[in-house]
Amino acid sequence: MDFINAIVLLLNYTVIPALTYGSQLALGAIFVTLVYGILRFANFATGDMMSFGTMVAVLLTFYFQSLGISFGFLPTALLTIPPAILAMIFYMLFIDKFVFSYYRVKKSPPVQLAMVSVGVMFVTQAIIRIIIGPFDRRFFDGEKFILKANEFKEMTGLNEGLTIKSTQAITIFVTVLVVSIMFWFLNKTKTGTSMRAYSDNEDLALLSGIDPKKVVLITWIIAGILATIGGVLYGLDKSYRPFVYFNNMLPIFAAAIVGGIGNPFGAFLGGYVIAFAEILVTYAYKKFFAYLLPEFMEPDSLMQLLSTDYKFAVSFSILVIVLLFRPSGIFKGKTL
Amino acid sequence: MMQHKNIIAAYSIMILLIIAVGVLQSWTIALTILNYCLISAVMTIGANIQWGYAGLINFGIMGYTALGGLAAVLVNVPPVKEAWKAGGSGMVVSLILIISGVYIIRTVLRKFENSKKRNYIVAAIIVIGFVFIRYISGPAIENIEAVDPAKTGFLGGLGLPIIFSWIVGGLFAAGIAFIVGKIALGLRADYLAIATLLIAEIIVSIIKHEDWLARGVKNVIGLKRPVPYEVDLQGSTWFIDLVEKFHSKKLDLITSLSERQDVLNQLVIDASSVYVKLCLAGLFLTVVIILLILTQKALYSPWGRKMRAIRDNEVAANAMGKNVVKEHLLIFILGSAIVGIAGAMMVTNDGLFTPGSYRPMRYTFVIWVMVIVGGTGNNFGAILGGFVVWFLWVEAAPIALFFINFFTAHLEETNAVKQHLIQSAAYFRFLLVGIGLLIIMRYRPKGLIPEKINIK
Repeated sequence: MDFINAIVLLLNYTVIPALTYGSQLALGAIFVTLVYGILRFANFATGDMMSFGTMVAVLLTFYFQSLGISFGFLPTALLTIPPAILAMIFYMLFIDKFVFSYYRVKKSPPVQLAMVSVGVMFVTQAIIRIIIGPFDRRFFDGEKFILKANEFKEMTGLNEGLTIKSTQAITIFVTVLVVSIMFWFLNKTKTGTSMRAYSDNEDLALLSGIDPKKVVLITWIIAGILATIGGVLYGLDKSYRPFVYFNNMLPIFAAAIVGGIGNPFGAFLGGYVIAFAEILVTYAYKKFFAYLLPEFMEPDSLMQLLSTDYKFAVSFSILVIVLLFRPSGIFKGKTL
Repeated sequence: MMQHKNIIAAYSIMILLIIAVGVLQSWTIALTILNYCLISAVMTIGANIQWGYAGLINFGIMGYTALGGLAAVLVNVPPVKEAWKAGGSGMVVSLILIISGVYIIRTVLRKFENSKKRNYIVAAIIVIGFVFIRYISGPAIENIEAVDPAKTGFLGGLGLPIIFSWIVGGLFAAGIAFIVGKIALGLRADYLAIATLLIAEIIVSIIKHEDWLARGVKNVIGLKRPVPYEVDLQGSTWFIDLVEKFHSKKLDLITSLSERQDVLNQLVIDASSVYVKLCLAGLFLTVVIILLILTQKALYSPWGRKMRAIRDNEVAANAMGKNVVKEHLLIFILGSAIVGIAGAMMVTNDGLFTPGSYRPMRYTFVIWVMVIVGGTGNNFGAILGGFVVWFLWVEAAPIALFFINFFTAHLEETNAVKQHLIQSAAYFRFLLVGIGLLIIMRYRPKGLIPEKINIK
């Protein structure tokens, strides 16, 4: 019994939160990796682009709520995702037309494009803060829990409760759905194949008649979908605050590089690697060992490897270790 | 000659702008902006010798700034004797353990050949060492943080004048830059940017959360200045006389004696803060000029030519027998050290150390915008960039407010859009800086004062 209790404890406090957080990171990391693989630059505006999409969703949610529209037991924000995606794609294409395309046509070095993306980051941040302000906003509504700790305890008779928040379930479900559709698109459809060809060898792809404009367009469309959904899911699970989104850029980058930048599947797994590492290293295992070990061996200390303050530092350390030993990422991406 | 004219014109405009702020707003604000401009200039010199001379992207400026600030605390704050008694020995033992651990790992790496076995041994040493150090330092840290936590709760520093910390800050930053450079410098440009940024985040989070070191997010306040304090100035007769002489015409117009005294008091209070800021500006200006002379000399020396050769064609420079790896590491360390000096200067200027304020936006990206807007590879350009961007960064809100009021003048005061815009006037600085960067990158990719190299 104690053994099952310990497992449930771990599930409740590490595995489920890590899966949720990992899904949110994974969506962002695929976005980074797609832009890096096809448009060939590190996009420092990642966090703020996600923030932009989420902002539209938040504003629409408030508008819908004022109209009295709701989505039953699901959060209203899910209804606002499609229009938010449209706005996001429109914004991205606008930025691409007036900023990025010039450097792409000129074949500028990736560093210059990265610098330009810093400029885009500033502008996007300004737009977001001017429109919605820097404050913390919660826009979750609907049913909060799918499974409550008490219900679980009654059901199974265990000491430990298992809670599943509806946002966690929604996040994991939507991520799996979106990512599988995207991989199907990239691997099975003709457009997807042409995108991969363009990413692998631009000149050869152009020679075989692939239209670069179309590839870029589709890339931004997929990027817009991923950024908005990732951002909204994160905001639903925690809350929406522009500064936090900007900061999230860092673990997202870490995930993309750990997975092998340029490799979408690697980025997807990289998100979970980072999330699990962050949560497992900073979790206090005292109670877990208390269940497993006989009473006289019970630990006194918290059994915590690092305090939760170092959450971000953990993921960045993993990145450093990966860069040291496997510079191209765990799953081979583009070579450095 | 044309080049020199441009530089002189640009700097004169900048100085005129600061004077305009002094006349229109107040001299204290103008001098505060000037001081920050000078500190930013030191940072941009550091970033510029990395990016402009050698083509290395260092997005970790934030981390080195924080290290400089940490140095200021560790040098200036008097040692906390009780904390040393409570946990000093534990921390010293931990430090010795860390150093010996690094030494053991080095010997293992040297003795054994590259194999899986060696990696496992190293990993085992790290894990065992980590657990062991935590076991020893844990209680020591708890004891230290328990010593009067509202005021101290940390080991304190050396109690020396803060000006020494400028050198120590540089050394701190150089030391960490050595390690970071060893890890990350082999990476391609954009990876290097991300890696340095993330490592800087690690540094800042350590400074933030190791309370025994510098109180973490509880901040250290009341660092001693290298220049006189306002209160002392207001009490000293020579200063009051000086102010009286300076404003004698204005004061002579006032006939009532008590009123004249009131006005004089107010003038003394204003003048004291201006005087203090001027003293600081003098110190900062000295640092900027020394660094400028050194970097200019370096730029036109054989070493500078070598760096440019490496920057423009790494493979060819390598083939000519230049040690690219070594030179990259050297310039990475030098640039970071200069940023560290700037970090210490900034804490000196503020008189307080707030680890929570070290954020990538302010301390990495804005500095980079300065370098790019000013002119990469040209020190005069980089310094000008520091001045221009910092000026815009600070003055954006008043300028935005003016324009908002101008364009919404026909709207009523209660108009929701108008109120919202006025509330968010502060965020127009992001817009201004971002659009400035985009325009410069597009139409003047080499910056306001581009790099100019005479080929003889």
